[in-house]
Amino acid sequence: MELFFESLFNGVAIGSVLMVAALGLAIVFGLMGVINLAHGELIMLGAYTTYVVQLIFKLPALQSIYWAYILVAIPLAFVVSGVVGILLERTVIRRLYGNPLETLLATWGVSLILQQFVRSVPLAYASGIIFALLVGFSFPFLLPKKLLDGPSSQLFRAVGWFGSAIFGILLSGGLASQISTISRANSRNVDVTAPKWMRGGLEWMNLTFPVPRLVIIAMTILAVLAVLWFLNRSIWGMRIRAVTQNRSMSDCLGIPTDTVDVLTFGIGSGLAGVAGVAVSLLGSVGPNVGSSYIVGCFMVVVLGGVGNLFGTILASFSIGLLTDLIGAGRLLSLWPNMPSPLAATVDFFATTSMAQVMIFALIVIFLQFRPGGLFPLKGRTVEA
Amino acid sequence: MLPIQIRRVVSGAAFSLVAFSLASCGSGDQAVEFDDTVKVGILHSLTGTMAISESTLVDTEKMAIDEINAAGGVTVDGKKYKIEYIVEDGASDWPTFAEKSKKLIDQDKVPVVFGGWTSASRKAMLPVYESKDAFLYYPIQYEGQECSNNIFYTGATPNQQSEPATEFMFKKSPAAGKPFFLVGSDYVFPRTSNTITKSQVAQLGGKVVGEDYLPLGNTEVAPIIAKIKKALPDGGVIVNTLNGDQNVAFFKQIQDAGITPAKGYYVMNYSIAEEEISTIGSEFLEGHYGAWNYMMSIDSPASKKFASDFQAKYGADRKVADPQESAYNMVYLWKAAVEKANSFDNDKVREALVGIEFAGPQGPVKVMPNHHLSQTVRIGQITADGQFKILEESDGPVAPQAWNQIHPDSKGYSCDWTDPKKGGKYKL
Repeated sequence: MELFFESLFNGVAIGSVLMVAALGLAIVFGLMGVINLAHGELIMLGAYTTYVVQLIFKLPALQSIYWAYILVAIPLAFVVSGVVGILLERTVIRRLYGNPLETLLATWGVSLILQQFVRSVPLAYASGIIFALLVGFSFPFLLPKKLLDGPSSQLFRAVGWFGSAIFGILLSGGLASQISTISRANSRNVDVTAPKWMRGGLEWMNLTFPVPRLVIIAMTILAVLAVLWFLNRSIWGMRIRAVTQNRSMSDCLGIPTDTVDVLTFGIGSGLAGVAGVAVSLLGSVGPNVGSSYIVGCFMVVVLGGVGNLFGTILASFSIGLLTDLIGAGRLLSLWPNMPSPLAATVDFFATTSMAQVMIFALIVIFLQFRPGGLFPLKGRTVEA
Repeated sequence: MLPIQIRRVVSGAAFSLVAFSLASCGSGDQAVEFDDTVKVGILHSLTGTMAISESTLVDTEKMAIDEINAAGGVTVDGKKYKIEYIVEDGASDWPTFAEKSKKLIDQDKVPVVFGGWTSASRKAMLPVYESKDAFLYYPIQYEGQECSNNIFYTGATPNQQSEPATEFMFKKSPAAGKPFFLVGSDYVFPRTSNTITKSQVAQLGGKVVGEDYLPLGNTEVAPIIAKIKKALPDGGVIVNTLNGDQNVAFFKQIQDAGITPAKGYYVMNYSIAEEEISTIGSEFLEGHYGAWNYMMSIDSPASKKFASDFQAKYGADRKVADPQESAYNMVYLWKAAVEKANSFDNDKVREALVGIEFAGPQGPVKVMPNHHLSQTVRIGQITADGQFKILEESDGPVAPQAWNQIHPDSKGYSCDWTDPKKGGKYKL
């Protein structure tokens, strides 16, 4: 019984990291069909946002509420990655809809640019740039519509960008002067130190449940519920699904497909940012943190069936459970009297590297029989 | 004739190179009058994943060269030579290391290259140096099982690091007599090192109850933690040869899972030096162990001077560690060998090199006939301030074994380049 619970918990823990990392991709790749290789770097930006937020909370003025940094980090990481994602969609991806190969190459290029960006630009200035972009983009929505449609709209827009640039410069100057560690470019990995309540483990029935894993599981559940509610219950979610199912028909019926694209991509990217908050609890944060997750993300989405959120959920948890079952050698403890040739085989695969090979092999075999994944999209396909 | 644009680019590049080398000359000490210059090569990764570690070696090698120049340079045949360095970027890409080595040897005609970090980069460079009969100085502690006439190794071999460490953990640590679990990244150094550890633990009468390797780049350590808890229910020794950032994930998560010194789990590390402690965070490492030849906390004038000189040159927050000390020593050893040979000629320098002694920051080191160094072994426990508390020190320098005497593949073999009949691998 103990073994069962431990295995289940480990599987869920591994699966929820995969799930939270792949959730954004399930929307971007699953619903929009965009192969975004920069998805990993959007996760990385979320992780770096967590790092900066945490440094701000370590300042003397905020130290007393340090425990609450994650409450600020999650929405902020969502917004930062979302804004960068929207920028990416507007400048690069929008021009490449329907050309998957070109999208693949272009987004891979973007991922390299983003990696070099965090290596070469001091984080204080990077924060300033992103903040300026954020203010600049939201400025038109804050003004009354009359002003923007009026004769001097160009002037108002210019003033808006000018003002947001000033805001950005002020923010980067302030951050750089207050926190010396982010005033210089730093290519080495940095560490997000979790506050006391998020460290250590909970003991229950001889088992230890690491708290960061529990936090990630909770974050994953909340994120999945929020996405499900948004897609199924909100008006924009319905529009997104409509565009996914039939773009030209939706267009005819008056759904602003262009806005839907931006929104979908922004939300998918924002969720990558939330994943960044989660992965920063597990290891260090560095320019390459995203590239270690990207393959796993695509694996989960493809296995689950492109375009199906439930498939993604099921796929990530089955991969998590399989990783634990094979990698930790649990089959042997479940069935101790296994015949020796079989036991030797199981033992051979009971290392992390071999478990990964085994899982990839199983997925490849599975996809031979079910090329559409666990839940293939039925009926007329998207824009085929 | 080349098209005009290309000529422009070429001449521009040449001009900036000249300007750059003039600028680097200008910063030298003006007091010393030199008769000539000698160019040496420095080849480490300045970009890519290894840049973080390898750039500290470039800093240290430059510091050693500047010190030698300030003290009058290298004297050959009564002429004073100023050392100039050509820094090339290996870009964390092993074929690039081989390519840049060729460039340094053929084009720049350097008598010596100081370079490399990973075993993979060394293995890529080895055929280049052997075919051109050039000389590489390699400063990192490694798995051994190699002995080239054209490479000079100043890092520790397993018998100067992992073997004494295993013995210490089995006999003297708080987990003495308890079983071992081996964790490493999936590449050549951890696998070779753990093969040796397994044989050694068996010889000592102990038990290795499990081993696992994490693929490079993977940071999901949950299955490994589950295995450790199953294999070591009552605590024990964990030997860790994980690489770089994988350590952060590993130490953060084992602490959360209750695998801590307080509960009887002690991790012995072979790749975590002072620099890595500050990256991972000493709060995760306190109470665990490390084994090196040099530790920043060595309480000797030479060690303190090395640390303070480095901090004076590069910033008070910088740390010095074993790989840097090795890199520092090798520059001085090369200088001593050249002066002893009274020539820059490869064959003469190689002959002169064996037997040279140098008082390094770790204490005396000596070049042995197998092109490795005899050095002092130290075992330390990591403290809250990110340093090692030295618990054990070998009685004087330990002789290096290029071919490991515990590993089944190399037992009974040795290496001696001073005797033409023996060479790189002969039976004892």
